[in-house]
Amino acid sequence: MSGNQEAELARLMRAAIAGDDRAYELFLQRTAGLLRGYCRSRISHGGIDAEDIVQETLLAVHVKRHTWRQESPISPWLYGIARYKLVDAFRRRGRAVEIEIGELAETLAVSEPETASAHEVERVLETLPAGQKAVVSSISVEGHSIGETAARLGMKETAVRVALHRGLAAIARRFGRQ
Amino acid sequence: MKTDDLIRALNADTRPSGPSLRAAWTGAVLAAGALAALVFAVLLGPRPDIAEAAGTVRFLFKFVVTLALAGAALLLVVRLARPGAGLAMPVSLLLVAPALLGGAVGLEFIALPPDLWRANWVGSNSTVCLTFIPLIGLLPLAVFVTALRYSAPTRPGLAGAAAGLLAGAVSATFYAAQCNDDSPFFVATWYPLAIAMLVIAGFIAGRLFARW
Repeated sequence: MSGNQEAELARLMRAAIAGDDRAYELFLQRTAGLLRGYCRSRISHGGIDAEDIVQETLLAVHVKRHTWRQESPISPWLYGIARYKLVDAFRRRGRAVEIEIGELAETLAVSEPETASAHEVERVLETLPAGQKAVVSSISVEGHSIGETAARLGMKETAVRVALHRGLAAIARRFGRQ
Repeated sequence: MKTDDLIRALNADTRPSGPSLRAAWTGAVLAAGALAALVFAVLLGPRPDIAEAAGTVRFLFKFVVTLALAGAALLLVVRLARPGAGLAMPVSLLLVAPALLGGAVGLEFIALPPDLWRANWVGSNSTVCLTFIPLIGLLPLAVFVTALRYSAPTRPGLAGAAAGLLAGAVSATFYAAQCNDDSPFFVATWYPLAIAMLVIAGFIAGRLFARW
């Protein structure tokens, strides 16, 4: 990651923390691209879908965003999480990996291919309580807004927000505990 | 689920993810200190002659060592709690307490005649020390592991061990106010053994509970 990219990513995250939704969306999209390049270059053999790790890492970045210090560079934090999630994925599947720490600089962003379909997040989503599952699916897979979801499911918007928050946290937790 | 779908959901989740780590760990240290003080007051309490003891170098030096250890352990655990944070500084600070204690042991060899060495080394409280430092440190350790769960340690076992070291240093600071074995010989032998139990407990707790 170049110095410019680093500064831009940190700026987006700071704006996101200050409440700018558009900045957060951009941050997540760029981060996904970087993570994809990082994971693809480190997963050389079958059994692990790089896109699964990208998604697990994005979830972890989201639920642990309070652990980034706004005055610190963001890439060591980001790749620290990615590396942890990658090692953890190999561990869960019963394999040891060695990933060096200092290898991050030259990682390039990669876009998601049309055919990519990761299964792990969806599989965990299936195990959520019905209410959370309905809300998370409605907003993610089905692409509805909070307001639309509230209307469709006959819930208050606040309840939708709470269910979304808890549902995402539960999915992230499930990955950590396996 | 496609990654763009996931991003849409993450972006829609605008509820804040919680207070900063600095705030969380400040709270954890205060809570741990209060719990250690409470358990210490209930189980042991300060030694009766603490006013006189406070005038002796050996007694005071125990607190220099335990507080130096606590400071380094706190810095280490807070760094381990955050992905991508550097460890060089806290690891080198970790050497301060052992170096101080090692120096004091050297001076004690000079200060004490050889026939007193053994008695000062074994002391009269080794079992008490090995029992109460782990006991007083148990609740602080639970508090620190809870704080680790809220954090994002990329090495959960190591972070748990550092939490155990911090709990041990806090506990030893209180215990030192009760123990009347003040010789560096005693401190350098039994305190580390007692603290090591919390380090091991912390390592296990970290691996079990601090994954995320």
